[in-house]
Amino acid sequence: MLEIRNLHARIVDDGTEIIRGLNLTVKAGEVAAIMGPNGSGKSTLSYILAGREDYEVTEGDILYNGQSILEMDPAERATSGIFLAFQYPMEIPGVATMEFLKVAMNEQRKARGEEPLKIPEFLKRVKEAAASLSMDMAMLKRPLNVGFSGGEKKRAEILQMKLLEPKLCVLDETDSGLDIDALKIVSDGVNALRAPDRSFLVITHYQRLLEHIVPDTVHVLYKGQVIKSGDKSLALDLEANGYAGVIGEAA
Amino acid sequence: MNMHLQPQRTSAETALIDAFGERLSLLPGDGAVMLKRDDAIETIKHGLPTRRVESWHYTDLRRLLNAVPDFDSAAMAKAIAPIVDGSTVVSILNGKSDAKVPVLEGVTFQRLSEKLTDGSIAPGLDSYGSDDAIGALNTAFVADGYFVDIADGAELEKPIELQNLQAGGQTHVRLAVRVGAGAKAVIVERQTGDGPALVSSVSQLVLGEGAEVTWLIVQEQPETATHLAQFKAHLGKNSKLTVFFMNAGGKLVRQEIVVRTTGEGADFKLRGINLLAGDTHTDVTMVLDHAVPHTTSTEVIRNVVTGKARGVFQGRINVHQYAQKTNAKMACNTLLLSDDGEFSTKPELEIFADDVVCGHGATVTEIDHDHLFYLMARGVDEKTARGLLVKAFVAEVIEELDDESIVEALEARLDDWFVTHG
Repeated sequence: MLEIRNLHARIVDDGTEIIRGLNLTVKAGEVAAIMGPNGSGKSTLSYILAGREDYEVTEGDILYNGQSILEMDPAERATSGIFLAFQYPMEIPGVATMEFLKVAMNEQRKARGEEPLKIPEFLKRVKEAAASLSMDMAMLKRPLNVGFSGGEKKRAEILQMKLLEPKLCVLDETDSGLDIDALKIVSDGVNALRAPDRSFLVITHYQRLLEHIVPDTVHVLYKGQVIKSGDKSLALDLEANGYAGVIGEAA
Repeated sequence: MNMHLQPQRTSAETALIDAFGERLSLLPGDGAVMLKRDDAIETIKHGLPTRRVESWHYTDLRRLLNAVPDFDSAAMAKAIAPIVDGSTVVSILNGKSDAKVPVLEGVTFQRLSEKLTDGSIAPGLDSYGSDDAIGALNTAFVADGYFVDIADGAELEKPIELQNLQAGGQTHVRLAVRVGAGAKAVIVERQTGDGPALVSSVSQLVLGEGAEVTWLIVQEQPETATHLAQFKAHLGKNSKLTVFFMNAGGKLVRQEIVVRTTGEGADFKLRGINLLAGDTHTDVTMVLDHAVPHTTSTEVIRNVVTGKARGVFQGRINVHQYAQKTNAKMACNTLLLSDDGEFSTKPELEIFADDVVCGHGATVTEIDHDHLFYLMARGVDEKTARGLLVKAFVAEVIEELDDESIVEALEARLDDWFVTHG
């Protein structure tokens, strides 16, 4: 599904190299957790996968289903099935949430050669998805993310993920800012989407999220490289002993 | 022999002066009205305002008005569907009112040509200052329009739409509306057409005590027309006026908004959007006088500039010496989408009272790249995403209007503009 080969990337503005030779493979159906201390490049990796222009890939490649995505713009990546659940979803005043959802869903359908959704079918899908995430439809009458609490924004991200049915889901610290109840709702939402043809890249600081979304593999990111990979026991080990040991081993 | 130093007249000035001579015998008016017309054409003879006149600094009318079409008596304009279903529509077709005026409970419609002929409108034809070129042009040539009287206490369920539709040539019209005490109304002023016309249009509104009016100016002239418009209002005690304007067309446009609070407790809101494209020039100039104590106002203007379009917003708030406890806030935000477009904004606060709250702010921005990335990351292609964000920028002002039928109607006009200019 996803293969990252010797990836090097830097910030366009000041040339700072953030990703320094990163290798990672995620198979179809796999849930891969990316952990690492602050500043290790976790969020940067998620932005690079989504195609944010602030970063420039200087070396290496990202293959998605065997094809390089480096030349694709964010919209092309999204319609090919890559989805980024933002750590800090943006508030966009004036853009009606429902209209945005409709446009986004129909863009996905257009890419797959399907007809635009009829309004009743669209409403039905949104209502079902919202109910499964315990979201009030009244919230969706507001402009996109405007006035949403941190937890509501994260739920709205998962709602979009459900509706857009991506194949590669990148979750950037989806657990940050969530209380225990919201964490459970969001995790259940993610788990319901697990499928043999869908992969997840779950970026997190804490083991806590991984108790709910149990990963198949765990990768430790440090200074822009994967320095250790393992199964879910690696996450437990990190929780108990911190990153120092793993970093020391790698050095 | 004396040496006379005559300034060289522009072809537009000459055309206007000649046209006045030719039209004079056709213009309605009693002695008082004709005297006002004579005064007005004298103003034009002194020359159209240039950038040396402060209020015209960003819109040098003398230089920009370079063609004045002839009057075209054969031009035919057709009434159009109102923006809000069920509105009472009165149309001025190529400068002429309809002999058949609608019947609406609590409202009297009268053709303005009648009020010119009997002279009862004469006091309203005075200009508001020496730089009032639009007022002068209109007073010299105005031949028709409507007078609308909304009775005390009348609450209109549906809007009245006043349509000024041109099909080329010159049209000079006036709309005079009196809203009685405690009356409520929504009035739509629709300015459009399909010819390379010169249009002058003056609207006058008087609000009685406690009256509440929403006045929408929807200007969608073709990119060949010159549109010179003025909206003047007096706000009585505890009255509320919301003026919303949308400029979405015209080659050379100046919309003046001249408002005066004359009764305590009056509240004025100005909301407006300028959608500017092509090689056009659009100027919105507001002069607001807080003339009595305890009155409030807010002004929010949003501009979208594309192509080689140039835009201007001048907002002048005068707080008179006795107008204590005035509260006034003004904001002008511009989204600049092209390198060749420009927007000039000039806020002016002149405050003679010492216990007031007044503020203003202006911003010029491009599309927010974070927002663009977010929308694209959901699969929305760049062009559509930009369109959504630009529309969002101006739609915010529309949504504030809070009346669903009006919001929908204006958003439809907005969509229309984006279809042709997106």
